[in-house]
Amino acid sequence: MIRVTLPAHLRKLAQVDGEVKLDVEGQVTQGSVLDALEARYPMLRGTIRDHTTKKRRAFVRFFACGEDLSHEAPDTPLPEAVAKGAEPFMIVGAIAGG
Amino acid sequence: MSAVRVLVGTRKGAFVLTSDAKREQWDISGPHFAGWEIYHVKGSPADPNRLYASQTSSWFGQIIQRSDDGGKTWHQPGTPPGEPTTTPDGMLKGESNKFVYDTSPETGKPLTTHQWYDGTPHPWEFKRVWHLEPSLSDPDTVYAGVEDAALFRSTDGGQNWQELAGLRGHGSGSSWAPGAGGMCLHTILLDPNNPNRIFIAISSAGTFRTDDAGKTWQPINRGLHSLYIPNPTAEVGHCVHRIAMHRSRPGVLFMQKHWDVMRSDDAGESWHEISGNLPTDFGFAIDVHAHEPNTIYVVPIKSDSEHFPPDGKLRVYRSRTGGNEWEALTKGLPQSDCYVNVLRDAMAVDSLDKCGVYFGTTGGQVYASNDAGDNWAPIVRDLPAVVSVEVQTLP
Repeated sequence: MIRVTLPAHLRKLAQVDGEVKLDVEGQVTQGSVLDALEARYPMLRGTIRDHTTKKRRAFVRFFACGEDLSHEAPDTPLPEAVAKGAEPFMIVGAIAGG
Repeated sequence: MSAVRVLVGTRKGAFVLTSDAKREQWDISGPHFAGWEIYHVKGSPADPNRLYASQTSSWFGQIIQRSDDGGKTWHQPGTPPGEPTTTPDGMLKGESNKFVYDTSPETGKPLTTHQWYDGTPHPWEFKRVWHLEPSLSDPDTVYAGVEDAALFRSTDGGQNWQELAGLRGHGSGSSWAPGAGGMCLHTILLDPNNPNRIFIAISSAGTFRTDDAGKTWQPINRGLHSLYIPNPTAEVGHCVHRIAMHRSRPGVLFMQKHWDVMRSDDAGESWHEISGNLPTDFGFAIDVHAHEPNTIYVVPIKSDSEHFPPDGKLRVYRSRTGGNEWEALTKGLPQSDCYVNVLRDAMAVDSLDKCGVYFGTTGGQVYASNDAGDNWAPIVRDLPAVVSVEVQTLP
């Protein structure tokens, strides 16, 4: 079971409280986690990455295990602690503005 | 007894203001979608309980929201959580926040470039929906004007959106350039007498018309004169801020251009200036009285570098002669130290007798007049900056 944390605005859109728990088939990567997230919560499509290109939106960042994974390739395996559910995959709205 | 519902989009959420026909006491609900920019909220003329809202964010992109009960509850009209997101044959089901430019060989054009601020080619990129215009006859049909400028339509209540690509591909698209607020399609006027005729306006490309329900388009900017572009009378490139019409006379259009207030009496084929005695003819909003097609309203703004009213006095100007002769309306509006702006989609009228006129400011006030502009009072004073105001007159 993969644990995912969402920023407050996206939790509200998805109508969830707290962490989201997802079953991810096959290798646990940024791409497969987001695929599973969007399949379960279709209203989040387009809010984290582009509908068509799947490119991460500029002000959205990905963190796990104290590392910034935002620039990792989508098919790079996520840390084992995320794959085992020990640590969450964190989707974060960047601090931007004044 | 009649009632009025005012739909207000702000930088930090939407608000719904309601009153009886006296329009003296107001109930305020909101913020809906708190923390998000709400560029526009508009109700269906065919079903006043059907509302559409454009919810947008630089972080999380575009969301379309829909209400089927007059704004009490809202939902995204795409696939609800927990339901299969694909059809039995594997196709994705409704994605109500998906706006993808049409590049298909059948109906689209190759997605090339438009001009950037410095004149260089820039790729077309979807950013947000500026304006939602529900059909006059079908609650499930709604048009969306977007940035980068294009026109989309949904015929299933906002679940799926298709671009009417003939506009962007009509030939001049590669020369369109953004205004200071982005390259937005901000005005959509549906002709009540001719379902095939639509007028749209883009900053800063100008005004366009279709007479075949959106398949083909022509620029209608003859008579506009804009000193800030290389060719002041060019076919496209004018920074049109807003156009308005009266339902009874859809061939007559009024325009607030970047500078100049303009009028067309031939469905946009030609325009002439009607700025007359206005203290400044820069501004954003323009609207027409509900029962007097020759009575129009503007809010003069000092200049394009000083986006506030001249002399710190917030004044609506009314012309009862279809332009040129204007009177200042000041009763109830601040007449000193007022430095707010009134944005292009932030003025609307109701259809009661007397006609109600409403506008919102970047200072968070929504002002209303229940006597066609003679007297004004704030409905609410301290909202986030107001982006849009629409009004529904309810039976």
